[in-house]
Amino acid sequence: MHMIPHKHVVTIGKVVRHASRLRGGTGSALPGLVVEKLDPKFAARVLSELPQGIVIITGTNGKTTTTKIVCKLLHDHGYRVFTNRTGSNFTRGIIASILAETNSDGMLDADIAVLELDEAYAAQFVKLIRPRYSLLLNVMRDQLDRFGEIDHTASLLRRVAEATIEGVVLNRDDPLVSKIASDLPTTMQVRYFGLGEELKSAFPSDQDLYGKSSVHQPLPAVSSSDVILEKLSGRSATFAFGTASLPRKTLKIDGVYNAQNAAAALAVTRMILGDEAADPAWLLGSLANARPAFGRGEAIEIDGQPLEIILVKNPAGFRLALDSYAARPARTMIAINDNYADGRDMSWLWDVPFKSLKHVEVIGGIRAYDMALRLQYDDVEVGTVIPSLSKALSTLLADKPQPRRIFCTYTAMMAIRRQLQSRYLLEDIDA
Amino acid sequence: MPKPPTKTLTLLHLYPEQMNIYGDWGNVLTLVQRAKWHGYDMKIVDHHPGKQLPADIDIVIGGGGQDSGQTVIQDDLLRIGDGLKRLADQRVPMLVICGLYQLFGHFFQTKDGERIRGIGLFDIETYGGDKRMIGNIVTRTAYGDLIGYENHSGMTVLGDDQKALGTVVRGDGNNGKDKTEGAVYRYVFGSYLHGSLLPKNPVFADALIEYAAMHRYGSFEPGIIDDHFADEARRIASTRPR
Repeated sequence: MHMIPHKHVVTIGKVVRHASRLRGGTGSALPGLVVEKLDPKFAARVLSELPQGIVIITGTNGKTTTTKIVCKLLHDHGYRVFTNRTGSNFTRGIIASILAETNSDGMLDADIAVLELDEAYAAQFVKLIRPRYSLLLNVMRDQLDRFGEIDHTASLLRRVAEATIEGVVLNRDDPLVSKIASDLPTTMQVRYFGLGEELKSAFPSDQDLYGKSSVHQPLPAVSSSDVILEKLSGRSATFAFGTASLPRKTLKIDGVYNAQNAAAALAVTRMILGDEAADPAWLLGSLANARPAFGRGEAIEIDGQPLEIILVKNPAGFRLALDSYAARPARTMIAINDNYADGRDMSWLWDVPFKSLKHVEVIGGIRAYDMALRLQYDDVEVGTVIPSLSKALSTLLADKPQPRRIFCTYTAMMAIRRQLQSRYLLEDIDA
Repeated sequence: MPKPPTKTLTLLHLYPEQMNIYGDWGNVLTLVQRAKWHGYDMKIVDHHPGKQLPADIDIVIGGGGQDSGQTVIQDDLLRIGDGLKRLADQRVPMLVICGLYQLFGHFFQTKDGERIRGIGLFDIETYGGDKRMIGNIVTRTAYGDLIGYENHSGMTVLGDDQKALGTVVRGDGNNGKDKTEGAVYRYVFGSYLHGSLLPKNPVFADALIEYAAMHRYGSFEPGIIDDHFADEARRIASTRPR
């Protein structure tokens, strides 16, 4: 095909993006599609010009929140950071994000790219562009109907690590991730994030959840480059760099899984900045102001009461979410969809124990009755089952103002978010 | 209202640590809860590699696994194979899904040509393939339509006299070609419908409980269970994209 000059591809992409936004779209799919057709290497070329290179964050759970924290830490340190927006972690979405931020010369005004990538896509992406650093969070049973088996998912992460140029950060407590270290060349920097002994029981890995037999992996030794979440009490977290504990810090994020994401973010940020430049007190100060991504534990206020929206994607995530919130009762809704992005297979609901819930006010979503059936077998009382998310949300919000909570799958979360935005004119729901 | 349990049944769960992918626990939970609602206390006994088969088993359940899990259990399964066959001939009901379904046949042949021997309780052979047969599935059986989800790349071929569990209405089934799904020998059932097979198919679940009760007590008196949620979940699942 005749090569269209880069600058013109950018212009065309921007025009399509503008037009599709005028039509009320999110401006993500169509311009990405057009540019990808015109110039398949567009994203690779633009991103490879960034002076500090590319960081890839992948794994089953915690990508969005971790990416958000890494971007904030780097931004606070003075880096100009490019990132892809939530829900657009495929090529077209990345192109759309690039188009939104390039100047008219088609250059990205950034020092570094921090990209959140789906495991399967990350393994493809690194064939085109090798990342300078990668952060591998975890391998859990998620959307097995898309990736096949969990061992296969682990092999996808290994490919990302092997394509990385300078250094990888691995989850010390997830044997499927930590064992990747042994396949890497000795020239590769390998660092870990992890949990202190006290917290490990509160955060079982998938292997712990399903039986320990398939992988026997000794815990890697802790070096001073690693970041360990030693203690967590409410939102008050104690991190250690290696074995050196840092002063306790109060965070704006909830739950042990988000604090673990914070440890991962600290570890990769220290690698990027260098241990000398990354002053612990400064890092913690910056971290203390980081907020979780939408649907990852932040409450919005409705009728003067908190409404917590919690994204659940797989058994481990759902289980942890239930554990994290069990102590604070709230009027509860569960919304389960089975669109492609949620995973079509409902089997995963049977790997989550729901007994701690006792009562669920309303169940919504396409597969509301699968969820209701699941709760029936755990003897959990169910108020109303309404597949329509709009009606389900109205039911949750009826009754007197009180703390409320929604556990929802990805597309259900997006639908609920649109509903809330139109009903309450919320402006700053931040994805 | 469910009757308070007065009678006991014993369920043997095969390899709960290795073969438990895709929510197979849902099958065990469904049997235990429905048995309770029918008035039977169902006790779970786990079978781990190396252990002896316990006596007094009324029902056997086993699930699918990762390839790594399959490697761990294959020798042990051959060791207890004769014991399982004796139970089958004593009309003990069994349900095996995906990986264990394959190993209840003659062999599983990997794509590289390596053969993993099974116990040959079913007259079936399974060949590793390149195509993943994945998605919502509906099959027609003696227990009504079974509605579930399949996810396998093994292609299973039935021997000439081997009965299938069902006929595929929608989906791939054993091999994506001959419209058969699963296999049946006496009250032993193999199937590719994983995880949520029994919750959404209460008629089949109750048949297994009935066979278990018949094996233990020679009779079965069902209770009344509200299956409204299951009915609705079945109705919606059958309309969803593959």
